[in-house]
Amino acid sequence: MTTLTLSRALNHGLRKALEDNPRALIMGEDVGKLGGVFRVTDGLQKDFGEARVIDTPLAESGIIGTAIGLALRGYRPICEIQFDGFVFPAFDQIVSQLAKMRYRSRGSVRLPIVVRIPFGGGIGAVEHHSESPEALFAHTPGLRVVACGGPADAYTMIQQAARSDDPVIFFEPKRRYWDKEDVDTDADLATAQPLDSARVLVPGSDVTLLCYGPMTRTCAEAAVAAAGDGRSIEVIDLRSLAPLDTETIFASVRKTGRCVVAHEAVVTGGIGAEIAAQVTQECFYSLEAPVLRVGAYSTPYPPSRLEEYYLPDLDRILDAVDRSFGY
Amino acid sequence: MAVNDAGRAGRPDPEQPTELIQLLTPEGERVEHPGYPLEISADEVKSLYRDLVIVRRIDFEAIALQRQGELGIWASLLGQEAAQVGSGRALEARDMAFPTYREHGVAWCRGLDPVRLLELFRGVSHGGWDPQEHNFHLYTIVIGSQTLHATGYAMGIQRDDAVGEDGEAVIAYFGDGATSQGDVNEAFIWASVNNAPIVFFCQNNQWAISEPLERQSRTPLYLRARGFGFPGVRVDGNDVLACLAVTRRAMQAARDGQGPTLIEAFTYRMGAHTTTDDPTRYRLSAELEAWKLKDPIERVKQYLIRTEQAEMSFFDEVEADAAEVGARVRQACLQMPDPQPLGMFDNVLTSDTAKLAAERDWLAAYLDSFADEPELAGEAR
Repeated sequence: MTTLTLSRALNHGLRKALEDNPRALIMGEDVGKLGGVFRVTDGLQKDFGEARVIDTPLAESGIIGTAIGLALRGYRPICEIQFDGFVFPAFDQIVSQLAKMRYRSRGSVRLPIVVRIPFGGGIGAVEHHSESPEALFAHTPGLRVVACGGPADAYTMIQQAARSDDPVIFFEPKRRYWDKEDVDTDADLATAQPLDSARVLVPGSDVTLLCYGPMTRTCAEAAVAAAGDGRSIEVIDLRSLAPLDTETIFASVRKTGRCVVAHEAVVTGGIGAEIAAQVTQECFYSLEAPVLRVGAYSTPYPPSRLEEYYLPDLDRILDAVDRSFGY
Repeated sequence: MAVNDAGRAGRPDPEQPTELIQLLTPEGERVEHPGYPLEISADEVKSLYRDLVIVRRIDFEAIALQRQGELGIWASLLGQEAAQVGSGRALEARDMAFPTYREHGVAWCRGLDPVRLLELFRGVSHGGWDPQEHNFHLYTIVIGSQTLHATGYAMGIQRDDAVGEDGEAVIAYFGDGATSQGDVNEAFIWASVNNAPIVFFCQNNQWAISEPLERQSRTPLYLRARGFGFPGVRVDGNDVLACLAVTRRAMQAARDGQGPTLIEAFTYRMGAHTTTDDPTRYRLSAELEAWKLKDPIERVKQYLIRTEQAEMSFFDEVEADAAEVGARVRQACLQMPDPQPLGMFDNVLTSDTAKLAAERDWLAAYLDSFADEPELAGEAR
């Protein structure tokens, strides 16, 4: 066991991916000498060279488009989009090409590409640096969409994503980059939990609280606080947003009868909306209350001095849990 | 306010007069160009002629099939045969080509069965061929996207140490309209700073659906390459010999490690953008008539006759060959079965998700529920 920050855990995971497969590449803006603006790729170019850790021109569509070409040639690019709000110049290449080329080719093409995106707010940043666009990608068939919550998951999930033969959009909770956790860097990846599965983070019996990415820590803290009031929250880290591990979700909701979904993203049309619809359909007779959602309002991300009002926090999550018991 | 005063297409750069590389005049006269010496046997010219005639015939059949309701749409290559056959024949088998959706002539040169192209336009598949089989990538419909894929592929060639002697190179096809796309400009930048082994082959057919070149550019397109730091040339896109020679040289430079070249093949879209388009709404027939005099096939025929390199029987044979290909393509199109409905769930990802499997099962059960009412089942399908 080694204590690592989430950023460092990703760094170790990426190093392993580069060691494991000589066809693995890292590409993005400032990923070389600088090691990325969050230092996730720190030291990798020094050890693996400029041909495998590529500082690209500043054009996101170019990053993903050329990554597709490299993948067609048999490489396995791991791309970094510097910030969530900068993914949109690459949106066309991701949605129209990356997600669809296998389908277009009737299976003759594989695009094993990882697109790493630091996402979410809470760091006092300027516009376009705090967004949560995951639902846009989860809505797109042909992509796997995942989000890590803590260092241990970050370490294994990035390696699993790098080994996936499908495109993976990999969301990293940027305000948790400096959170620390014990990480077993010797663990066998073959026995690790599958990338497309959710995990019960905190077992409980009264209400199911679903979350991912930066909200996992907040929700775990909410469970501790609620336990003090005698309320047992089962916190589930979804980890995979496309596909959703509905088996784990439904099993928990059938047990607790209540479900709250928390994410930083805008509530309207978000991951929580999809979960609410599916839980309502599949767990209808077990539900004691409607599925409630906690997330951002239907506004663009506000100036950072307002983000504490915008982002769901422990109190707003507990408020939703309380409301769930009001039915 | 005159909003478009500045937009004069192809406005010549006073510092660099526009030069069109030509080896065969519209009258079928062989001319030399010092930069592009071409030694070519009579058999090779005849073989190029044969390809030109056949791809025009395939195109003709496809248009007819669309008119008869057998294809949903067709993007005709009429007028661009020389640009496609000349460049396509300049490639080695080991080179990789990234087409748009109009490169039927290149597809033919790469050995892809034209029936595969019809599948796409009939709505049976989105393409579905294996790009590695003929080193011919899938048709790309979003304008310009494939230029980045081609550039990334070329970067892969570099990483495979496949540049140099017996090296490999990539050719990326796109049109004049695509040069306005960010992706094409990003591809130029990536290729340039990486010195990637790639040739950007722009078929400037003068029209992006209804928009003439002056809506895309104030400068001749080939001159843009200078700003990105690599050479650009303009070739007579209706001259198959010039297209062959210019592409050969650019590909060889790329394979040798000299980096990218932009080729602007100056040609003309003789037909509509696609079978749903009506060019009489936006261009004058006089323009079409003028370009007819520069026909890419007729000049090769005139050259072969003038130089007595071919008997009349040769032309008859080629016509018969083309008719045979056309008939085969037509027959294959008419016999093409519709895909099975449940097949739509295949190949979304490398393995099924529970969701996909459930949706496939649901549709199967739904279709089965019409088993007693075959007519309804047909409708449901």
